[in-house]
Amino acid sequence: MDLRELLHLAWNSILANRMRSLLTMLGIIIGVAAVIVMVAVSAGTEATIEERITGLGSNLVFVTSGFSRGGPGRGVPNAGLKFDDAAAIADEVSGVVAVVVEQNAQETVEVGNVTVEQVEVLGTTPGFPSVREVKLASGRYFTDVEVERKTKLAVLGASLAQELFGPSDPIGQSVKVGNSDLTVIGVFAKRGMVSGVDFDARLYTPITVVFQKFTPREFARFLGNQVRVIYVKVADRATMDRTIEQIKLLLAKRHDVTLDAADFTVTTQDDIIQTQESATSAFRSLLAWVAGVSLIVGGIGIMNIMLVSVSERTREIGIRQSVGARPNDIRYQFLTEAILLSLFGGAIGVLAGAGGAVLFGAMSDMRTVVVPTSILLAFFSAAVVGVFFGYYPANRAAMLDPIEALRHE
Amino acid sequence: MNSAEPIIHTSELSRVYGRGAVTVTALDAVSIDIQAGEFVAVMGPSGSGKSTLMNLVGCLDRPTSGSYLLKGEDVSHLDRDALAAIRGRSIGFVFQSYNLLARATAEENVMLPLLYDRGQRRQPAQRREMARQALEAVGLAGRTSHLPSEMSGGEQQRVAIARALVNDPLLVLADEPTGNLDSHSGEEIMELLHRLHRDGRTIVMVTHDREIAAHTQRTIHLRDGHIDTIVRNGHARRTEAQKV
Repeated sequence: MDLRELLHLAWNSILANRMRSLLTMLGIIIGVAAVIVMVAVSAGTEATIEERITGLGSNLVFVTSGFSRGGPGRGVPNAGLKFDDAAAIADEVSGVVAVVVEQNAQETVEVGNVTVEQVEVLGTTPGFPSVREVKLASGRYFTDVEVERKTKLAVLGASLAQELFGPSDPIGQSVKVGNSDLTVIGVFAKRGMVSGVDFDARLYTPITVVFQKFTPREFARFLGNQVRVIYVKVADRATMDRTIEQIKLLLAKRHDVTLDAADFTVTTQDDIIQTQESATSAFRSLLAWVAGVSLIVGGIGIMNIMLVSVSERTREIGIRQSVGARPNDIRYQFLTEAILLSLFGGAIGVLAGAGGAVLFGAMSDMRTVVVPTSILLAFFSAAVVGVFFGYYPANRAAMLDPIEALRHE
Repeated sequence: MNSAEPIIHTSELSRVYGRGAVTVTALDAVSIDIQAGEFVAVMGPSGSGKSTLMNLVGCLDRPTSGSYLLKGEDVSHLDRDALAAIRGRSIGFVFQSYNLLARATAEENVMLPLLYDRGQRRQPAQRREMARQALEAVGLAGRTSHLPSEMSGGEQQRVAIARALVNDPLLVLADEPTGNLDSHSGEEIMELLHRLHRDGRTIVMVTHDREIAAHTQRTIHLRDGHIDTIVRNGHARRTEAQKV
């Protein structure tokens, strides 16, 4: 028998027991789908991390209030990281290229009859475009003097500018932010999402304006010029550890706390990447186990059904033997059937897995990327399962005694 | 078959089942010769060893001792692969219960031995043609695409005979070919076997029916694993007159 005949035979046998074949394949389907979803999710997470690394800007140190929970923007602002701290870091710590401070507020922005609610108003300092690697599409950013004078200026994110002004040029126009009128002096080029924050939808203003205009008075009394995060750009990656050490000592002294009970946290990109990666790899190994276990369960299912099939078809095996089928002919017949079942289950699993990964990505905020090699991997493992778990039943069929087999009812 | 060499030559052929203390000798030193073109019946009560003999002669089993030459070739000690090849190439089986594949059509059933024939790789079209010719030879030209379940017992047995003949074997082994059939269908099958015999086929047939056995050339009576008697039957070939 050649391959074509073997495939024909196996195909007919699978078709003859459709429901049973489908149930047999279920384990493989789930296993393969799990492999594909697993790889898609971890590839998506890796892509997100990669973007964050490039998106954060290079050689950055983040100083946040309280204890950091996995990155900038997620710190708990319960303690006193002050605006003056930034100036102190810039003045007293060696190896620092630039320092940027951020404090945000949410306000309603109005231009004429266009109103956008809940716009993130980000107060920063002039170093922001270079440290966070954002480019201006038109106009300019504000200066140190303007920060000091609390000049009411605004630089718009690309999509916010589009929303407020449409095609007309916003430069020189006035926008109403909360109860204050700010003059637009610049518009940023598109930057997209960075660490889950849409840079394009924000309004940027001198940080002093945020302190003065957009911080509720009752809070301002307690918090003063509190800032959420200070970004420190370091000249040389090699001396980063020394710089961090200096920042910690300086802030501890200024806040009058010990390093063990610090009310601030200093993190680097590397820390964030490591945290993310360890979470991803834990998730990945969990899913790898799920996939592995269900492939094995699926394989056992196939073995089980193949054993049933061999015993049901003992007579048929006897007939084939009597007309000249060699043990290998019988072995390949059942092995082909098992492999075909596995590959078929694998194919359905690939479709289910790829579809599931795309759907999962669309419905949750977790990003998924279907990796082509994972499809190959899944197919390959399905075939291996078919051979491995199909061999025993096939061998049993091949080794049947023709006389016994013919006598079997 | 113009050679003087017998198709079947067994000497001291024995088959012992079991090992150690508990053994059963199913066939005990049986020596027979069956010539090309002979039609031989094998009779005997159950347990006499006729199934064992047929299994050995059909290369489904190997003897414990003694030798079996199939047209001069010693097949007593061949391995499973070689025995399978001999079954496919040189022996055609006809079973009491037809033993057709239920999901395969008449044509597909008849093609089965060709599928496993490694000596000659034939194209599917050629196999199909050979199967059609074999079915035509047993009078089933119009039934090629029927499933066994769509045919009568007699027709099914004729499909089985076509399958036995499709490879042009040295030997046809029939194990109670009429055992499951009504008398009319049985008559037809016997008529077919006699026709094959007249065309030169060598046929060995197990039967319980003395009447049927009497129409063959020789009847080998087995008892307790030995040859009891070998009877040379008077009218080896039925004439047209006897049939009526």
